[in-house]
Amino acid sequence: MGTLNIIMTGIGGQGIILASDVIAEAAMVQGLDVKKTDSIGMAQRGGSVISHLRLGNIVNSPLIAEGDADILLGMEKLEAARAVIFLKEGGVALVNNYAVSPSYSKDGIKKYPDDNAVSKIIGFRTEKIHFVEGLKAARSLGNMRAMNIYLLGALSNYLPLTSDAWLISLKSRLPEKHLNVNLKAFKQGQKEANCAGIG
Amino acid sequence: MEKRKNPDQVTRLLSGNEAMALGAYHAGVKVATAYPGTPSTEILENIARFQNVYAEWSTNEKVALEVAMGASYTGARALTGMKHVGLNVAADPLMSASITGVKGGFVIVTADDPGMHSSQNEQDSRHYARLAKIPCLEPYDSQSAYNFMIKAFEISEMFDTPVLFRSTTRISHSKSVVRIYSDALNGSTQPGFIRQPEKYVMLPVFARARHPVIEKRIDKIKEYALDCSFNEVIPGNTKTGVISSSIAFQYAREVFLDASFLRLGMTYPLSENLIRKFASGVEKLIVIEELDPFLEEMIRSMGVEVTGKAFIPVTGELAPGVVARLARDHGLEVRYEKEQGELHEVELPARPPSMCPGCPHRGIFFVLARLSKRRKMLTANEKNTTNEPGVIITGDIGCYTLGAYPPLSAMDTCACMGAGIGQALGMEKAGLEDSLIAVIGDSTFMHSGMTSLADAIYNQSKITIIILDNMTTGMTGHQGHPGTGVSASGRQATQVKIEDVVRSMGVNRVEVLDAFDMENLRRAIKSAIDCEELSVLIVRGDCAPVRPRSHASRVVLAESCTRCHNCLKLACSAIHDDDGRVIINSDFCAGDNCGVCEQVCLSGAINIKGRTV
Ligand SMILES: Cc1ncc(C[n+]2csc(CCOP(=O)(O)OP(=O)(O)O)c2C)c(N)n1
Repeated sequence: MGTLNIIMTGIGGQGIILASDVIAEAAMVQGLDVKKTDSIGMAQRGGSVISHLRLGNIVNSPLIAEGDADILLGMEKLEAARAVIFLKEGGVALVNNYAVSPSYSKDGIKKYPDDNAVSKIIGFRTEKIHFVEGLKAARSLGNMRAMNIYLLGALSNYLPLTSDAWLISLKSRLPEKHLNVNLKAFKQGQKEANCAGIG
Repeated sequence: MEKRKNPDQVTRLLSGNEAMALGAYHAGVKVATAYPGTPSTEILENIARFQNVYAEWSTNEKVALEVAMGASYTGARALTGMKHVGLNVAADPLMSASITGVKGGFVIVTADDPGMHSSQNEQDSRHYARLAKIPCLEPYDSQSAYNFMIKAFEISEMFDTPVLFRSTTRISHSKSVVRIYSDALNGSTQPGFIRQPEKYVMLPVFARARHPVIEKRIDKIKEYALDCSFNEVIPGNTKTGVISSSIAFQYAREVFLDASFLRLGMTYPLSENLIRKFASGVEKLIVIEELDPFLEEMIRSMGVEVTGKAFIPVTGELAPGVVARLARDHGLEVRYEKEQGELHEVELPARPPSMCPGCPHRGIFFVLARLSKRRKMLTANEKNTTNEPGVIITGDIGCYTLGAYPPLSAMDTCACMGAGIGQALGMEKAGLEDSLIAVIGDSTFMHSGMTSLADAIYNQSKITIIILDNMTTGMTGHQGHPGTGVSASGRQATQVKIEDVVRSMGVNRVEVLDAFDMENLRRAIKSAIDCEELSVLIVRGDCAPVRPRSHASRVVLAESCTRCHNCLKLACSAIHDDDGRVIINSDFCAGDNCGVCEQVCLSGAINIKGRTV
């Protein structure tokens, strides 16, 4: 296979790095070559986070060139819009229906884009935009922290990875005491996205 | 040391830092030291998890290098790790380690940060290898980070030299698949120090004799570089030859698909024969490297025609798209057809890094920002009218440097770790009439604030020093330091108490303050800047992410809120402005632990959810 390039983005604390580790581990389990790299801003929490992940037979650069990502998973809407520069024409954008306004100061801050604006920005690159209800799902699962794995489930519909590989990876990367809720979140995400025609 | 048996084919997904740690462990490292610094921190964090290895967070990088040097002198394999600027701090013992040489393998890891993801400068630390006349190794992915690390200890012993192991952010923080050896080399050699003053006591008389020894050593390593396993030729067409190293190699490999490659894993010293041989087989020779033309200039000085920095910038981080575009613009043949894709310019609100909700640094910076002498000075500055003394705040490096950003804007300088106290002292001695406040974190104070405090005491300074004590090294992800009383492996250790240090050094005005008590902070700062004496205020509060969160979020009572927006001036990411209405996000609010916004609210409109007013 050629390389499949995935950009995942959102804000600190959402578990983006963990989610991309899970994909990478699953790809490795399946015998694929994989590279990933995370750019985290200065702040421990609250800043933008972006993770580049590439899998295939041979992967050289861990960084994805602008306009070269097959899939964009935005765990937060503003960050999804910001990262669209990486998406290729006609790529797939999965956008979590979750908005966190940047902090502070009434002066000089630009307005948080509404859903139409986000769709329009992503629309410059692709028509394949899917909003995913990660926040609702996490609330119903009773664990906000499972949001990332729910979204990973939705994303899994696009990835050439077997359910065995996913399971091994989820087990090895997630802490044991949170494993069950996360497995549930993963399956739910996969199924709900599938039903919504995503994938 | 016992030989490794059959290398097993276990594969693991590892970051460069994890791979270096595992490589060091499998090479039998016995002593590992570091001072945290992005992107190098996880090397020691990972080594600290292994059995039978002594791992420590050192007070600073100079100490870290010296501890590892001592261990090496006993025959133990030793590693020290730091970020690029840390090597500046450790440069003095680095030069000495070069001249004395080693006994046990000695590896010095430095992690550069092209693009300055989290650094104050963008230096190319490979120059240190040349300065110190020691070999420089550069891995290009996690596998080579692992392999090279094992080899690094071997060549260190083989040539009696410390080895500079140079990583970058993308090497350290990228993950890729690594085939590992399942058995660690048993580093159970009994330590023994053999007295050899002519090698270990660098009095001029002995050092003079050592200098020719290290010159010969580097010549021998040059010969070794000709066909050592660190360097590899990857044959391709004869039109273009690319010499590259580190992560830049990966980008070049994607951009110049059919070219011939010389991938250098040892970037100092270079084997002239190797370079000439490669160059003679290709029509055009290019060097693709991040930051300085380190390789390019050495190659050019051999009289070999080469290009690279003519189109690759010396600033910033490279990326595959960047290399492709610049090479194409330079007229080079590039088989890289990826769509760069223009985007319509849309202005999106930035998400600047900010202190966490519940951060103990927020309150004190709010107080500093709003001191009347400072506010008058700032507004006057804009209109350039008054010369009345104001308040200057010299700063330092850590999470608290975020206090320099608006709306707090309460820091006026930030150079390198520990600089703030010295700078304030210099301003005072230059005759500045303004009140001078130096702010410094607890880890930074231990790292390099104590020496400048001694200077201030000794030289009769009257400045105010605020030590922001969140009881951890926050910026780099919560490592211990001498003031925390917790060791690198998480065990209890002897705590060096900051207030005891400061008092015993001779400061009489020392106050320890609660970071969340705004009233008291205000009082203490005012009295400190008004008094004619050196004052040290220790502002103490737990770092937010390590403290269990209370779930009682604060809320804004809409009916009482006068929209003065004082709370927004705290720059708390849990508080935001929704068309003039202030909202506190209960998912982010630190709750009971903080309460700074409640204290700065002018109309009593902020309260804990469900608490009766
Ligand atoms: C010489 C050097 N070493 C390491 C670093 C990386 N670094 C930046 S700030 C910091 C420590 C900050 O800790 P502290 O002073 O306690 O402040 P906090 O982040 O906890 O607020 C470190 C290790 C650096 N910038 N320079």
